[in-house]
Amino acid sequence: MLALMLLVVLAPVVFGAIAFAYPSNRRRPVALLAGAAVHAAGVAALLAAPGEEVPGRWLALDAIGKVALGTTTVLFLAAAVYAQGYLARREDRDNRVFVGGLLVLLGAMTTVALSHHLGLSWVAIELTTLTTAPLIYFNHNARSLEAAWKYLLIGSLGIALALLGTFFLALSGAGPGGPRSLLVEELVAAGPLLSRPWVRAAFVFLLVGYGTKMGLAPLHSWKPDAYGEAPGLLGALLAGGVTNFAFISIARVFQVTRAAGEEAFARDALVGLGLLSIALAAVFVVGQRDFKRMLAYSSVEHMGILALGIGLGGGAAAGAFFHLVNNGLTKGVVFLSAANIHRSFGSKRIDEVRGAGRRLPVSGPLFLAGFLAITGSPPFSPFFSEFAILNGAFGAGRWVVGGLFLALLAVIFVGMGATVLAVVQGDPEGAPQVPGTGDSWLTAGPPLALIVVVLLLGLFLPQGLRDLFTSAGALVGGGRW
Amino acid sequence: MTAVAQLLDLAFILVVVIDFFLLSSSRMGAAIRVVALQGGLLGVLPLMLAPPGEPLGHYLVLAVGALAIKGVLIPWLMFRAIREASMRREVEPIVGFVPSMVLGGIGVALAFAFSSRLPLPEPSAAHPFLVPTALSTVWTGLLLVVSRKKAVNQVLGFLVLENGVFVFGLLLSDFMPIMVEAGVLLDLFAAVFVMGIVMFHINREFSSLDTEKLSALKD
Amino acid sequence: MLRTVLHLAALLALPPLLLGVVNRTKARFAGRAGPPLLQPYFDLARLLRKGAVYSRTTTWVFRAGPVVGLAAVVAAGLLLGMGGAPAAISFTGDFVLFAYLLGLGRFFTALAALDTGSAFEGMGAAREVTFASLAEPALFLCLIVLARATGTGTLAGMLGPGLVAAWGQTAPALLLAAMGVFVVALAENARIPVDDPNTHLELTMIHEVMVLDHGGPDLALIEYGAAVKLFLFAAIASRILLAPAGEGALAAEAAFFGGLFLFALGVGVVESSMARLRMIRVPQLLVGASVLSAFALVLLLR
Repeated sequence: MLALMLLVVLAPVVFGAIAFAYPSNRRRPVALLAGAAVHAAGVAALLAAPGEEVPGRWLALDAIGKVALGTTTVLFLAAAVYAQGYLARREDRDNRVFVGGLLVLLGAMTTVALSHHLGLSWVAIELTTLTTAPLIYFNHNARSLEAAWKYLLIGSLGIALALLGTFFLALSGAGPGGPRSLLVEELVAAGPLLSRPWVRAAFVFLLVGYGTKMGLAPLHSWKPDAYGEAPGLLGALLAGGVTNFAFISIARVFQVTRAAGEEAFARDALVGLGLLSIALAAVFVVGQRDFKRMLAYSSVEHMGILALGIGLGGGAAAGAFFHLVNNGLTKGVVFLSAANIHRSFGSKRIDEVRGAGRRLPVSGPLFLAGFLAITGSPPFSPFFSEFAILNGAFGAGRWVVGGLFLALLAVIFVGMGATVLAVVQGDPEGAPQVPGTGDSWLTAGPPLALIVVVLLLGLFLPQGLRDLFTSAGALVGGGRW
Repeated sequence: MTAVAQLLDLAFILVVVIDFFLLSSSRMGAAIRVVALQGGLLGVLPLMLAPPGEPLGHYLVLAVGALAIKGVLIPWLMFRAIREASMRREVEPIVGFVPSMVLGGIGVALAFAFSSRLPLPEPSAAHPFLVPTALSTVWTGLLLVVSRKKAVNQVLGFLVLENGVFVFGLLLSDFMPIMVEAGVLLDLFAAVFVMGIVMFHINREFSSLDTEKLSALKD
Repeated sequence: MLRTVLHLAALLALPPLLLGVVNRTKARFAGRAGPPLLQPYFDLARLLRKGAVYSRTTTWVFRAGPVVGLAAVVAAGLLLGMGGAPAAISFTGDFVLFAYLLGLGRFFTALAALDTGSAFEGMGAAREVTFASLAEPALFLCLIVLARATGTGTLAGMLGPGLVAAWGQTAPALLLAAMGVFVVALAENARIPVDDPNTHLELTMIHEVMVLDHGGPDLALIEYGAAVKLFLFAAIASRILLAPAGEGALAAEAAFFGGLFLFALGVGVVESSMARLRMIRVPQLLVGASVLSAFALVLLLR
């Protein structure tokens, strides 16, 4: 078990090192595919292995980790296949840093999923920030520089505050009889012994710190820029991967906070920030003329939905973890298809892009389908997870929260719809065109595969997965759904 | 009060006075030097806080590490950066010097007034100025990052913020030394920032590092 | 009693010497031999021998300015306990009177400047009171810090023997207060980096502008009054910093006179090593002094 865990953490890093050392720009992306494949195989073996609980260990795989890790490995595999096609078309750029960085990022994300030591999680999340910044700068122009700088500066502030919060949490357990540890299980077990003022302060700082990484409003300001300027493949991994890991770190801190008896306060904070994020996304999605920035606000929205889910508790908590999977995979669909459209038209503004459905017979409709899925239309799976969260809200008698959530979802649906339809419909005649950028198996296949998964998850959810989400929800105090 | 305790008092107060100085300083060179001084002070603090009679090893590592990285290496990199980027050495505030000083003063006053209410696990072990100094410095750092235009000044603000986190970490140094040392990783960011400033300048993608000019992306 | 009389004699006799020390220090830094230490006395004597010319547009206010200015600072000196000895006059809350006697002197100097009807002097008066209004909170905060640290409400008590005990407990707060007093002293006495006593560049002048129309004995009174004011601040600052030097009468006296000398030296060093601040930066410095003193107060109150 431990050997497998070390494998999935270290294999990507090793492949990253190989990619970094490999001289050929043309063949280097193969390392990405190999790393992703080994990682996926390792994760599959881990998920299949019988669970064993070894207390006191820094690396362990609980239900939350399984959900996040499974999603990420599928998404990363799709992104790695896509990268073969994408990087072949970008031979003008040196991809050494890009390929190496993506693999290290995968290793860091895996570490967050497995780590039950909050200090180790912090280090790994810092590593995700450091590795993604140069990737955002992949296009080497002033705009991507600006985006990378903002991402790094805002992210580093969040990371510093999160470290302070981690210190607070360590201090809360330093009293007489306290656990003097940062292992989640030990802190949860010693819950009532923790010093409550420090736990409360720790939760605030960690929520702000990791919330910045997650992109919850009002800490989201790096997101539109980073997602807008980064290659679509990185946008998919940020929106469907990195942000999820910040979320599961918050979920683990929430576990501790709950055990220490500060549950009500933490729930209010999560519900408040969640609703604020959804509301802010609704405001900025309407009338958005840049479809990649629109996707960034959609990511803000879905991070808000995740926070709302665990904040509400009950059935909504399990729904949040289901939504984590759905959001991760659907973000892959929309970002990758949007990237194809972006490349074909050489623009991401709806003033210049039209008729994508005709010019790109796969990516155009995929973008439309991805939009329907991400805004929660049946029969795609996000509908069911959002429904579970909504159900949790009404079930708990939170009529105002539920009503607001529903209304904001409707606004976002309409707002995004206007932009997406403007991109997909119409006649591409006269719109700018970059030669040699049509759909190919490598660039259109991965998002197609992902949307099929999303569709299947919506049509049929295996009992095993349903139980997994329930037990992940139970870790943060959720019930049946 | 022993002589060490008095010196410790003074060292903490000096850290806070440096915060004030940074909020009011209009010259970049002076600001970098003072941040270096603060880093140097952080190098001295662990040694003075070390409980007498215990092995000094871990405290020595922290002290030397802080002194070398925060006091020498990063300030040196920053000086190099502003020299290579040959930028104007004047701080340009978004929030004026006087308002930022007053805001800083309010934050420091609150930190000192209320930190005694936060229960420390072993009140005797920790110095009474430690927590408020840490919180004041974190607050100052945040203020500096959000209220200064130039990239170099924002990095300085980040360094101050990080110094505050480091001071707080000293509370944990007797039972969780590894976390305190992990905090040094934050310095990695600072180094990356500084390298970034140099690199961006060499690329000459844009002519100045005034982050207000980084405003092509907005809604 | 004897010590108080001695101090009053020093208050009247020594201020020009203090100025002499400052000037000599600056000269040495600039590599010059500098004027004799007693030069300020010679200057005062020369001015007193001259006659005065009064413009027809001025009124009695113009003539009262220098007299009230000097009387106010000397009266303030009566309230000050120097070197830890009792003051000539002392009552609870007298530090407020002290601050406002200084204010009264400044008020009349500014009024006399306005009385000339010259726009230039009016500008100087405006600048002077603007900066003084920022220095005043800092001075008050410093005095409150002292009151709190020593637990007394009289100026003599704040600077008296209680200060020695206070150093044992609240050294950082007192150090910050001393820094605040030093900055206020530089501002109140129109020294660099706030104002340059030697400048005659109209754009940058503050204090000197106001007294351009005074001549002869009037100017002598003003210069002497300014020196007394410097002496007052020197006495406060040196007492705060050197209180722990000794409690015996002889040690305290030595610390007091030595402290005056060191203060003058310090002012000279600051003036030689710093550039004058741009006018818009001056409020920053003064607010900084207030913030530092407020911080000292927070340290005491927590």
